[in-house]
Amino acid sequence: MTQHRVWVYGDHVNTDVIFPGKYTYTLKTPDEIKARALEDLDPTFARDVQPGDVIVAGRNWGCGSSREQAVTALKFCGIAAIIAESFSGLYFRNCINQGLRPLVVPGLNRLLVSGDTLTIDGDRVRAAGQVFEVAPLSPSVQAILDAGGLVPMLQRRFGG
Amino acid sequence: MTGRTFVEKALARAAGVTSARAGDVLDIRPDLIFSHDNTAPIRQIFLQTGAARITRPERVAVTLDHAVPAPTTRHAQNHAEIRAWVREQGISHFFEVGRGICHQVISEEALILPGEVILGSDSHTTHFGWLGAFGMGVGRTEMAALWATGELWIRVPEALRVTISGALPFGVTAKDIALKIMGTLGADGGAYRSVEFAGDTLAALSLDERPVLPNMMAEFGAMSAYLPPDRTVFDALEARRTRDYTPLYPDADAVYSEDFHVDASALEPLIALPHAPDNVVPVSQASGRPIQQAFIGTCTNGRYEDLVAAADVLRGERVAVRTIVIPASAEVLRRAAQTGVLDTLLAAGATISTPGCGPCMGNHMGIPAPDEATISTGNRNFKGRMGTPDSEIYLSNPYVVAASALTGCITSPAALNRPPRTANAADGGAA
Repeated sequence: MTQHRVWVYGDHVNTDVIFPGKYTYTLKTPDEIKARALEDLDPTFARDVQPGDVIVAGRNWGCGSSREQAVTALKFCGIAAIIAESFSGLYFRNCINQGLRPLVVPGLNRLLVSGDTLTIDGDRVRAAGQVFEVAPLSPSVQAILDAGGLVPMLQRRFGG
Repeated sequence: MTGRTFVEKALARAAGVTSARAGDVLDIRPDLIFSHDNTAPIRQIFLQTGAARITRPERVAVTLDHAVPAPTTRHAQNHAEIRAWVREQGISHFFEVGRGICHQVISEEALILPGEVILGSDSHTTHFGWLGAFGMGVGRTEMAALWATGELWIRVPEALRVTISGALPFGVTAKDIALKIMGTLGADGGAYRSVEFAGDTLAALSLDERPVLPNMMAEFGAMSAYLPPDRTVFDALEARRTRDYTPLYPDADAVYSEDFHVDASALEPLIALPHAPDNVVPVSQASGRPIQQAFIGTCTNGRYEDLVAAADVLRGERVAVRTIVIPASAEVLRRAAQTGVLDTLLAAGATISTPGCGPCMGNHMGIPAPDEATISTGNRNFKGRMGTPDSEIYLSNPYVVAASALTGCITSPAALNRPPRTANAADGGAA
């Protein structure tokens, strides 16, 4: 069981505000990328985020562009998991491939405010005095997450 | 035993299995994969895996389009790294600065065909539904995996059928159909699903209009989108295709998770207000709001007929605000030059930039100042999308964008109190 501080956001948060498109072909190092995380949504985030924090959001988190830095920027900040009512399909896949766990829990963003804490215990999230069960992933998708992401999985195959 | 949707058939074919159902998880082998300016970072990921060579370089396309010509030294270095990689790996289909936007170029070159599967590291890969292909966007790491293995896992999605019937009124376009769908069902109305279009309106849509529908389904959350291909599509592909193909159609008794109907004849010009593509109202409800920039371009509405539509509104007039026209491809630009459409736009005070994505995602070529508003024929108006978070973006069809350029405020073409002056034989018009 792990305890996490949360950052709470709303519905339809898009990848342009998670990591602006104007940086996609110029910022390359983890330090450069994480400094722009959520720049156009919450300017306090990149400054105050701590490793182990968790994002709690509403519907359709990560809609818009396929840009993977919208996941890696949060990963480089040390975000431990993203909990949302639903994810955009592309963003969900990008999370899995980066080894960053996406958890689907409806309504949690309406029960918490930024700075609250929750605990994650396997497939259970405990928050606001309640316990939420997270639906398991399919075995092939869970295997990518368990490997630490798609690159480590490919490294096993290609010896990288 | 019920029938199959398009997506069930297309993914079964790409996985080499006899049949598939929504919910099945398959390993598919796409017919073409592509990337753009993000090819260099994909290379870095590819090299980390330990793979040495791209498995099928003859089925890989790379287009430089997102920031072209390079606006900074770092962008130029990015392009240089991509060119070297293309040479080293023997990638068959490489398109230089100025050839155009990936989706438009791959369509023009007939590199993907009806019934096939195309995966691109770009969210608007849904675009290829215009010709009856399955197109889906993937992330950079997945593209690296595709280079290495040629395969990708996919969960066969449920399908939403959108039936469009009736004739579009003059000045109302496929863009308005797309905005109507999103405005009604919301930004996640198509989430995780294949949006499969049907209805008598589709056959009447021109080749330039058809891609607008599947392209903008990216803003609807769709995994992919599909229009049933017809003779118009087959003829367009015939001259350049290098493979045979078998078009796929959904069965009459296919099972859809939802049905949605649009009466095209009842539509009016629509506009997406800041800061979401599904924040849609009739143009008449937004009329009079000032704008400082008009932009006609992008993979959504930067084709020849979009330029013709703008020219029909601007002919003989002068724009009141800066008006940037960026053709979706070199072929679009060349045709517009040959037919006089370019001259009409330039005479009205518009300017033309290199074919590519332009300012759509805020790299260059038309970034607004803080507190400015842009009206665009593009697909996204998220906060900061064009590079400036304190600015506003409105999305509409090219007639509305051109009419607004003339007045300096959001304007319905109908409010100009004159019919658009359609092109004469000398300067072409929509063929």
